[in-house]
Amino acid sequence: MSTVAPVTIAGVGMHPWGKWGRPFVEYGVHAARAALADAGIDWTDVDLVVGGETVRGGYAGYVAGSTFAQALGWNGARVATSYAACATGAQALETARTRILAGMSDVALVVGADTTPKGFLAPNAGERWDDPDWLRFRLVGMTNPAYFAMYARRRIDLYGATPEDFAAVKVKNAKHGLANPHARYRKEVAVADVINSAVVADPLHLLDICATSDGGAAVVLVSDGYAREHGLTDGVKVRAISTVTPTFPQTVLDMPYLSTESSSVTPAGDATFKESLARAAYEEAGISPEDVDVAEVYDLSTALEQDWIEDLGLCARGEAEQLLRAGDTTIGGRVPVNPSGGLACFGEAVPAQALAQVCELTWQLRGQAEGRQVEGARVGITANQGLFGHGSSVVLSR
Amino acid sequence: MRPAIEGWFTTGDEPALVGSRCGSCGHVAFPKETVFCKNPACSGDEFDDVELSRRGRVWSYTDAQYQPPAPYVPRTDPYQPFAIAAVELPEGLVVVGQVADGFGTADIKVGAEVELVVEPLDDELLIWRWRPIS
Repeated sequence: MSTVAPVTIAGVGMHPWGKWGRPFVEYGVHAARAALADAGIDWTDVDLVVGGETVRGGYAGYVAGSTFAQALGWNGARVATSYAACATGAQALETARTRILAGMSDVALVVGADTTPKGFLAPNAGERWDDPDWLRFRLVGMTNPAYFAMYARRRIDLYGATPEDFAAVKVKNAKHGLANPHARYRKEVAVADVINSAVVADPLHLLDICATSDGGAAVVLVSDGYAREHGLTDGVKVRAISTVTPTFPQTVLDMPYLSTESSSVTPAGDATFKESLARAAYEEAGISPEDVDVAEVYDLSTALEQDWIEDLGLCARGEAEQLLRAGDTTIGGRVPVNPSGGLACFGEAVPAQALAQVCELTWQLRGQAEGRQVEGARVGITANQGLFGHGSSVVLSR
Repeated sequence: MRPAIEGWFTTGDEPALVGSRCGSCGHVAFPKETVFCKNPACSGDEFDDVELSRRGRVWSYTDAQYQPPAPYVPRTDPYQPFAIAAVELPEGLVVVGQVADGFGTADIKVGAEVELVVEPLDDELLIWRWRPIS
């Protein structure tokens, strides 16, 4: 694929992450109004609303695009709703971008918000013996942290990572998020705090694993024509949105499955799914990993941040701990990772999270990330992965 | 006692997982395919049952020190943690299962050899598990 024309981000906004216990619609509308205010664009100018679906808000959650449009006051805009697990926000953004690039929209509002229960994310109630997401709990007791723990164990056994390295990721991200007004956890953490917290799934401790949170995030995209007419051409640009799926055979164990695809007849390709997400993003943006100044990656666990650093090509396979130990991934280092504080400071609000990554990078590239600014950042990349072969990587540039 | 899912594994002295082999391209899958071959280059729709190797090597492992949420059904009250292994089989795929009763994370390593056993999942159902070979 060749490079794709950039699309301007006119505004971004968030509702602070937390455990507020209110309907998701409130967070989404708060974020949408913040993004429109940031853009200086009136709601009546929006001609497309794309909502990130939540599975936790009943029917209103399944039709999130319409739910947000109605909550903001029907203005006749077209609506769409996306669901792609943790990549929901990116897929929603892609829907908006595609329509703008096709010349069919001038102002698109993308919103994701969630309200979450306490504890492990679990499948909906009922008996579903043909649903892999239900079976993994029923047959094995395979929670999300159990998958994260298996990836973490491989870093230890194959690359010599240690539980103290993983704890150092938490320490770094906790420090990054201290001044972030949208973060849920704003408190310094020491390596000993992580190591002394309960083991959830060996080798991961409670403080290695992200919480589930309430939150909302929104992004306003505009067409070139609208940007020129309204003096918005200096805005941060979306350069790539990669939402590729795995290629057969998918040989890396992935949620929610209990098995991988066999490579005995068809050999595995040269890139894993997560690597291919990044490669497609770089290719579409026409850049390479050396061009990246800042990254927001999906630290569902501390160890997963390390995996992503390698998947994004920011270092060779097995070398992420060297970057971490050298301070390269800390703000002020060679390529800061998760300056927002990441999921370590936010917890996961599924349909909002990929948009939250885009909000953070927008602030970083504008130089507005007060208290956590990566100085001089011009190119940023996000990465995340969800269940059922979903994932995303978004490239932004100034 | 009966298998948790009929047809997913055999019982007896030498139990094995039962996968499928595509009649057109030979692709082996577990759980078994019955309708479509997952190989994008194949339109096969006929499959033979194939017993997978009983031994494989640990791809990774962990444990569940917190009780998983429903539909997981705890076997004891109070809850007893258990270990889980993802095992790479000679057929070129990885299959996740609990580690056999009496064994924990201290008994396995990435790359260690394990063998399939069938044990009770609850009072009615049987499940496959991975037992360390020492």
